Amino acid sequence: MAAEDLPSEFDVVILGTGLAESVVAAACSRVGQRVLHVDRRSYYAANWASFTFNALLTWIQEIQAESLSEEVQDRSSLVEEGEELIYLSGSDSASISNLQVFCYVSEEAEEEEEPANTTEEEEAGAAGEGAAKEPSETESAGSKEEEAGEAAEGDEQAAQEQGEEPEADQPQPSAPPSQSEPTRKKISYTQLVKEGRRFNIDLVSKLMYSRGSLVDLLIKSNVSRYAEFKNVTRILTYRHGSVEQVPCSRADVFASRQLSVVEKRKLMRFLTSCVEETEEHQAYNGRPYLEFLREQQLGDNLQHFLLHSIAMVTEDTLTEVGLASTRHFLRCLGRYGNTPFLFPVYGLGEIPQCFCRMSAVFGGIYCLRHSVSCLIVDKDSNRCKAVIDSRGQRISCSHFVVEDGFVGADRKVATPTRLLSRAVLITDASVLPGDSEQQVSLVTVPPTDGRPAVNMVELSPSTMTCIPGTYLVHLTCQSVGSAYEDLSPVVTRMFCTAECQDQENRPAVLWCLYFNMADGSGVEPEGHDLPSNVYVCSGPDGALGHEHAIKQAESIFLKILPEEEFCPPAPNPEDIIYDGENTSPTSIGEEEEEEGLTAAGGEGEEKQQEQQEEETSLQPEE
Amino acid sequence: MHGRVKIKTTAQQEEEKRKEREKKLKIYVAARDACFSKRNEGIWDDEALQLTQQLLSSNPDFATLWNYRREILMHLETVKDKDEVQKIYEAELSFTESCLKVNPKSYGSWHHRGWVSARLPRPDWARELTLCDRCLSLDDRNFHCWDYRRMVVKMSGVPVDQELAFTDRLIGSNFSNYSSWHYRSTLLPLLHPESPEPPSPCREPPQSSPPPSPQTHSHRVCEEQLLKEYELVQNAFFTDPNDQSAWFYYRWLLGRAEREEMISCVYVNREEERVAVAFSRPVNAQSVGLFLVLDGQPQRVEWRSVHPCFKHSPVWICSLPPGTISDITNERNLTVHWTEKHTHRDCALYTGRTESWCRDSATDQELFRSELSVEKTSVLQSELQSVKQLQELEPLNKWCLLTIILLMRALDPLGYEQEMLAHFRTLKEVDSMRSAYYSDLCSKFMIENTILKMEYAEVRVFSISDKNLTTLCHLDQLLLVTHINLSSNHLQRLPPQFAMLQCLEVLEADNNAIENLEGVYHLPKLEEVLLKNNKISTLADLQPLASCPKLKRLDLRGNPVTQTANVESELAELLPSVTDLLL
Repeated sequence: MAAEDLPSEFDVVILGTGLAESVVAAACSRVGQRVLHVDRRSYYAANWASFTFNALLTWIQEIQAESLSEEVQDRSSLVEEGEELIYLSGSDSASISNLQVFCYVSEEAEEEEEPANTTEEEEAGAAGEGAAKEPSETESAGSKEEEAGEAAEGDEQAAQEQGEEPEADQPQPSAPPSQSEPTRKKISYTQLVKEGRRFNIDLVSKLMYSRGSLVDLLIKSNVSRYAEFKNVTRILTYRHGSVEQVPCSRADVFASRQLSVVEKRKLMRFLTSCVEETEEHQAYNGRPYLEFLREQQLGDNLQHFLLHSIAMVTEDTLTEVGLASTRHFLRCLGRYGNTPFLFPVYGLGEIPQCFCRMSAVFGGIYCLRHSVSCLIVDKDSNRCKAVIDSRGQRISCSHFVVEDGFVGADRKVATPTRLLSRAVLITDASVLPGDSEQQVSLVTVPPTDGRPAVNMVELSPSTMTCIPGTYLVHLTCQSVGSAYEDLSPVVTRMFCTAECQDQENRPAVLWCLYFNMADGSGVEPEGHDLPSNVYVCSGPDGALGHEHAIKQAESIFLKILPEEEFCPPAPNPEDIIYDGENTSPTSIGEEEEEEGLTAAGGEGEEKQQEQQEEETSLQPEE
Repeated sequence: MHGRVKIKTTAQQEEEKRKEREKKLKIYVAARDACFSKRNEGIWDDEALQLTQQLLSSNPDFATLWNYRREILMHLETVKDKDEVQKIYEAELSFTESCLKVNPKSYGSWHHRGWVSARLPRPDWARELTLCDRCLSLDDRNFHCWDYRRMVVKMSGVPVDQELAFTDRLIGSNFSNYSSWHYRSTLLPLLHPESPEPPSPCREPPQSSPPPSPQTHSHRVCEEQLLKEYELVQNAFFTDPNDQSAWFYYRWLLGRAEREEMISCVYVNREEERVAVAFSRPVNAQSVGLFLVLDGQPQRVEWRSVHPCFKHSPVWICSLPPGTISDITNERNLTVHWTEKHTHRDCALYTGRTESWCRDSATDQELFRSELSVEKTSVLQSELQSVKQLQELEPLNKWCLLTIILLMRALDPLGYEQEMLAHFRTLKEVDSMRSAYYSDLCSKFMIENTILKMEYAEVRVFSISDKNLTTLCHLDQLLLVTHINLSSNHLQRLPPQFAMLQCLEVLEADNNAIENLEGVYHLPKLEEVLLKNNKISTLADLQPLASCPKLKRLDLRGNPVTQTANVESELAELLPSVTDLLL
């Protein structure tokens, strides 16, 4: 960090580099606002971040160690007449909870594979240790205790593991040499760490609807030139104990072997009829979508696909909601591929960074590891006049945008905290091996026995998020219990978690992480006990798409600048006039994106095409 | 506004672009002129290659330049050794590849690539196939690429099964693709030819005829594979019944049998000393080597078609030299030889008979069923079941309805007549743009049914009144008919083909919309013509009737022509033989 001070005046100061904050930053810079964008963390994208395996381990450590909050320094000396201070929260540690790590692979790469004999578990309590680096007997004993406790609650999985573990300790060496498959190359933990940089593990799990607001915004604003995308290649669903492909496009329906020709016709006809709203549809308004589907005489197969995998709603969702969701799905089909979804190469964390880069290109100033400790509020107007940064500098601003985690609990409207349950798995095979090993799949797991529906995204190495020979699997659902309680039953049903000889040949989990994250969908940008020119951005929500954050960003932007266009297309770099004066933002911020301009045009990335070729401008790779 | 990024105005951009364009144009024109003058001087050097490359990479559709380039390359071939030539041509390949990126449908680039590939000393066909696959994955209907690919496949001898798998792949990714379906239809007969066993006995025509020639059957596919194909194509049309390509492929699968080429009928009339011959297809009798042998004696006769407007016709007539068969006490044996097809037909004119014929009837030949190829009834039946199933789901789909009609006709044309008519009514409603086509098609099928009924009844009366006929067809099948009733239909004309009804005595065509009688031409036996309530408006329209020598009775009531001044006397002059005229 250069010792230089930041400029003391900005139009907009933004704290937090999550998706909504980054979009606001890009939008404001784009229309000429002076933007200061800071984040207390050392990485971009807040809870939207993607980490390498090693960085994820560090992140886990930090979360577990998160007790040392910054001392609140008294800044009253900087307050002038008629002003008061609002202190911001020093950390957002509250957003992540119930973190648990399990490792199912052996430490070293061994030829005569001795199966991992421990189920490691890192808990919030076991803080500070190199995560899962030294599996010790004490730790695994600890986990046994933990699981025993869960078993008492009737958790079958825990009981199962517990039953297996002693076995794993002793008689194992005789069994595996004969049983082990010679084809499947085992990956050791050392290898995961060694090649950790090739992972890009997202904290949130989302997909981009190809006609969703994020894709539209990326195209419209030309931000798409900073990223590449892959098609999600198939939609799968978990049903009757096995994984099936959901035929959703015309080509899928044609090729499907599970559907009879009559079912094919019914499905196609239903999907076609959904595109336009009809009176028949309206007649079902207010009644469950399931009832509507039943009336269509589609049969169990199709009903399952339509409800859980296409509309992705629950049995009691209303018809109008279910239909709207189905329509959205259908509109997105075929724009870039045979499914409605795209996934950014190198992970979702790329997206907020792309917007930050756009902001920097248009003069936004960026500082990581830099925070705002308090706001200075004009008592008369109840507006935020300035902020005081973590180094005690007073910076005046007209608007302040903040990630909700930094807003003190006392200032927030009390909303019931909803949580998301997340699991991240590194596995050694796909849940449904196909012709190609480079499938990117969305797997919908319908709700069972009071457990919520789970969205599962399986990423292949082609997305540059995991190393060859592995798959990265993200599971997400609305929390009922802890992430482990919510998701481990699904994991044990679909994967092989211990080094057992599983006859079903399910993919083995090499490493996995469970945690809960606050669900951002409950946080409102306004209405808090805050000055009127302070806007709160929520963290990630549980929906599959990005609509929530993009909508939020747009509404904040329109409040700041009601007269301005939201993210108009960025001009081509060769059309920008540099007359020396006030154009190039000097490198003040330590993380400033100096390469922004060259990257924007220099490579002339083919991805950005003419307006009329909109269909391909967000060109999926390959 | 302060801090806002300054952007060049549109006018500035335009100006810059214009200058850029002008500069480019100058360079382009200079290079073009240089090329032309070099070519005129017959210079084939590297510089010329450079120049043409420069021009073609910005405009790959400049055919003259490609030609010049080929001239240079052919010259280089004579002066360089093989390895150098290989190198030069490899460079050509990557050059055309870059041109194709500019315009993937450039005729010039594709043609040049084909030319280069064919001359390449050591071609890399696998690479070319990969290129085609890539290109087709971007646009699966790029016919240039399809053409080129066919050439590559032929040159490199890709096995047929691999190619079939290739079509599987393309159809799997998008089945709305005629090219892939069509390609499939050419590959299947090669890979799964129909087993060479002879056709089932019941299909054999009663007369001994030469076995089906191999060509007519070589495009058929063995039944096992056919069933798989039916399944595949059903998946396509159940998925999207409005997509034509699958229906067309299905139609191909169902097949269209080729009729055996033969003389289907020989008719002889003693009194008129006249022979009429009907063929299975329109021929030109003057050029196909048609001979008439009477009692072992070749006869010199002059063949004429039934109407002067036909150069090709399925019916030909000739007059025998006067007196050759007029003696009623003699039995005469005629043979007509069609030497081109090595086929012939005999006909005996027995003592005491005034006329005689020998023919294969439409029922014998199963003529109208052979719209579909010879298939087992059970297969057709199950196909009909599944298409009907689709029709229940999609009652208004025209392809489905048409296919049902087709299958019904193949299975039992008379039994399904009512259902067929109902389907035609639906078709005309759902596809009103083509209602005239459906009316004509329906007329055709109704005529076929009536012919079948007539032949089962073994009569020479053809009666098809009140059936909404809009057109007449299969008239060659009516050569022997003496009495035709076409009343109460929607006919507008009696076309020249009508003259094939060489035995016709009575023509009933009341209550139509007939304006034109062109086909009532030289019908030697025609005595009675009933045309009440039609649209004959001028005397000139009645002119053809003057060629029918025996016409006695003519009913023209309710026609505009009756309003003509002096109609009666004019008609008496035009048609002196008519004794019974109703106006």
